[in-house]
Amino acid sequence: MANANVLEGTPHEAGRSSWPQEKVERKVAPAPDRYRNAIGKYKIYRSAACNSCGRCVQVCKYGVHKKPKGYALTLRPEDHLCVGPACSEQGEMCVAACPQKALKIRLNPNADAMGDPRWTSDLIISNWYQAETGHTPPDYLQYRHGESGGGFDKIRFKFEVPGTGYTPPEPVPTEAIDTGLDLNRSGDGRPQVHIDIPLYGGGMSFGSVSIYTILAKARSAAAWNTFSCTGEGGYPDRLMPYDDHMITQVATGLFGVREDTIKRVRIVEFKYAQGAKPGLGGHLLGDKNTPEVARMRGAVPGNALFSPFPFHSVYSVEDHKKHLDWIKEVNPDCLVSVKVSTPTDVDMVAVGSYYAGAHIIHLDGSYGGTGAAPDIAKKNIAMPIEYGIPKVHKFLVAEGIRDKVTLIASGGIRTAYDAMKAIALGADGVVIGTAELVAVGCVRCACCESGRGCPRGIASTDTELAELMTLDWATQRLVNLQNAWHEQMLDILSRLGMKSVRELCGRSDLLCYLGTPGQTKTL
Amino acid sequence: MPDRYHIKTVATPGRFYRVGKFGEVDWREDCSRCFDCVKLKCCFDVYKHETEHNRDPRTATQPLYECKACMSCVQGCTKGLLTLSVNPEYLDMGDEYWKPDVLFTTWNQADTGKIPVSGAGYRGPFHGFGFDSIWTDMSEIVRPTRDGIHGREYISTSVDVGPKPMRLQFTPDGALVESSLKVLELPVPIVLDVPAWAVRGAELAEARARAAQELGTIAAAYVEDAAKLPAELLASVAPVVGCADVSKPGKQAEGALKAAKLVELLDGTDDEVAKAVEALAALNPQAIPAVRLTLVPGVYGRIVELAKRGVKVFHLCADPHGCEVLKGGAQGRHIKDAIRETHGKLVEAGIRDEVTLIVSGGIALAEHMAKAIICGADAVGADTALLVALGCRVCAGAHALSVHGGAKDGAAPCPDCPADGVLAKATEDLQYAAQRMVNLMGAWHSQLIEVLGAMGIREVRRLRGEMGRAIFMEDIEKDAFGDLEQVPEEVNA
Repeated sequence: MANANVLEGTPHEAGRSSWPQEKVERKVAPAPDRYRNAIGKYKIYRSAACNSCGRCVQVCKYGVHKKPKGYALTLRPEDHLCVGPACSEQGEMCVAACPQKALKIRLNPNADAMGDPRWTSDLIISNWYQAETGHTPPDYLQYRHGESGGGFDKIRFKFEVPGTGYTPPEPVPTEAIDTGLDLNRSGDGRPQVHIDIPLYGGGMSFGSVSIYTILAKARSAAAWNTFSCTGEGGYPDRLMPYDDHMITQVATGLFGVREDTIKRVRIVEFKYAQGAKPGLGGHLLGDKNTPEVARMRGAVPGNALFSPFPFHSVYSVEDHKKHLDWIKEVNPDCLVSVKVSTPTDVDMVAVGSYYAGAHIIHLDGSYGGTGAAPDIAKKNIAMPIEYGIPKVHKFLVAEGIRDKVTLIASGGIRTAYDAMKAIALGADGVVIGTAELVAVGCVRCACCESGRGCPRGIASTDTELAELMTLDWATQRLVNLQNAWHEQMLDILSRLGMKSVRELCGRSDLLCYLGTPGQTKTL
Repeated sequence: MPDRYHIKTVATPGRFYRVGKFGEVDWREDCSRCFDCVKLKCCFDVYKHETEHNRDPRTATQPLYECKACMSCVQGCTKGLLTLSVNPEYLDMGDEYWKPDVLFTTWNQADTGKIPVSGAGYRGPFHGFGFDSIWTDMSEIVRPTRDGIHGREYISTSVDVGPKPMRLQFTPDGALVESSLKVLELPVPIVLDVPAWAVRGAELAEARARAAQELGTIAAAYVEDAAKLPAELLASVAPVVGCADVSKPGKQAEGALKAAKLVELLDGTDDEVAKAVEALAALNPQAIPAVRLTLVPGVYGRIVELAKRGVKVFHLCADPHGCEVLKGGAQGRHIKDAIRETHGKLVEAGIRDEVTLIVSGGIALAEHMAKAIICGADAVGADTALLVALGCRVCAGAHALSVHGGAKDGAAPCPDCPADGVLAKATEDLQYAAQRMVNLMGAWHSQLIEVLGAMGIREVRRLRGEMGRAIFMEDIEKDAFGDLEQVPEEVNA
């Protein structure tokens, strides 16, 4: 481990790890695509008529066309930088300027092959833009929402929509805005845990994703003073320098859960269910259960590993309380989070969890998830998070306990706008998963589970594939993504005239719905 | 505990031309022959398989079909020459209900019999037409005994078809009146139904019957097709027969009717149905008479009427898009609404538990089966899905989906259609065709158990009409978003 960054002699505070913690700098730096050919929204075709006059190089403001000094020919255009036809509004465009009429700009067919209604190619490409630059994407990319025709994709902040009669308040200077969140609202005397942005990283186990993915998530969490989660697969030793920013997950299979992994963290999460496959247990395919993974999980290599569903020690809310008490006893300084999916009675589940002593209730909606899951479960079982948040929020308010518990939403939070809409609908903060994976190069081809695992080397323990990315690069991409989201959160809060993200919670009056909710679609 | 019901699936690759989703559309000049794309970048070896295919076009592998669009070759190409796109032929398949993705996943399930699994979350629209606006429930911590398909607990998928008397009847001397107990137990809530449009040949009926025999369920077949089947298959066949034909069937048809456990009568006048039921009882006292009804608005009225006259099993046929059939062939409501209404009316009439409803038309995926049962069906019929398993693309060609069949005039026959060209060969090898149907039903069965397991329900009989354990989009959207200000959609277009 790079010891230069280790803070020697950190005083041991209650709840903090006694292991030396590595400081990761919160610094935006360019982190270009790790493949030779980045994919952009547009593709430029240059015909044989080109005589390399270099006119395109002169007119392009975005560095698409290049002809380095001393070169006789223009280089292949870096078309992922191209902003498309919008370019002509700001001056001369290469296509028009080319004396040979050798250039054509078209929508990139590759982008077509990448997207789907939930994660449009624009969302993927704009996520990459944010991970590369650390800043809000330009407007030629639709980076705020997808095209799924419902949920977040039909909900807008009123300031986004002209003609709602909404009068924007005096904007707040972004320096004066606080995006931080205190996670312990119970007043039970356990240490406060503060995060600087209202989001943290979802649980992905070692085995389901590569060690670099896990470490990069942990390091960017450290940089942004927030959290990442182990998922159900044990706690690799290499995560110990980030103990203060890790959540230990206790899931139904109890794989790799040990007393010391519960003691070393500030938050322990019970995973009752997950949005990717609500009501079904986890499943690690035999191929991905390498000797290293098996050692961590206390299992036999090569065997498929099934987590049962549900916890076979919990069949009532009293059992549930016993579970939480057990963790609280083992680690007297930690907060306890309860991760549940979104059944019809999710509101009752949330109240039950609160009375059992949970500090954080984490709702995982059905459309999200990163890991392999049966298609039938991803689409059909349990409700999407957009429905779950208002249901739970309103019920907790009615019960008079909303301000005693932290409500975290996940499962389909793709963009900073999704995150802020979730908060306006009633969550305190969000958890992201797929957005992080896209940032490190996921194209959502959905082949996480097959054979050697992810062809992009993200969700794979195959030694060759996992080496497709480096830890430093992946960390930088995630730090950049968080920065871009943070920028957008500040912008939204500023436009809403709010000094803190905590003011936004439950302010659904600031949102509007395009069309009429509940309208049946026809063929 | 009885032996667990198990469907034996056997990997059976399709023998039809597969339309793949992705393909290289552009391989520009200037390739440097570095072979990176072929050897290094593609961890699925698609290019390698493509070469094999080029050498021997008879190989089952279709190169385009295998590409997963991971973009590794596109992004890794030394010269950036490669472009990938969605295959337009893929997008052209099927129609607005039988979408390309539905056909694709059905083919895969018929290949392997396995549950389709993928990563990276749900990819489709937020909600959609028909069944796509229902979510099934799951339960977090309460209710023990759920382990899904991997667990110890047995989840039963059996349903009963037949008249279900509310009490047993005894003769004065205490003997059980057995005629009141004609119940057929199907181990899966699926009947293999006749195709929704005319497909020539009895071969398909035989493939269905073989599959039904293997599955332990029933295949519906028109009586003229049933008459041609080998005798050992007849017990697994429900002949579909006109009322008049029951009283004087031909010799072969008589054999089919005598061996059947369930007979589906085409609806007629009250008198005709009564006579047919009587004639059937004389011919085969053990056979359960059912009436096959077209799903029209207010069909429950006819059900109540017929139930009074002693028919207790109804097979409701929606159009291939799962819609009611209106006068003039227009489409009515989707079965999710029609069945909910029918179920409710039968509950009001106090006869819901006595009658059995089988619903077919528009059951395209395993989730449709679960959702139709939640809406109030006892069992469903798989029809078009079975053709898709054999390679049908639900094209708008010769067998266009005008309601209840009939070829569209002048349309060219589809080369891959089971009725005509190439796919007729599939039915030449009946074992192949039957096994693919069995595989598909095996995958559906496993998925049904996943849904039941997640809900904490141990038998599918208890799923029927459990609307409280489902989330309906129309209701939940009003709860969740009803208080948001609504703006016209075009504002943000």
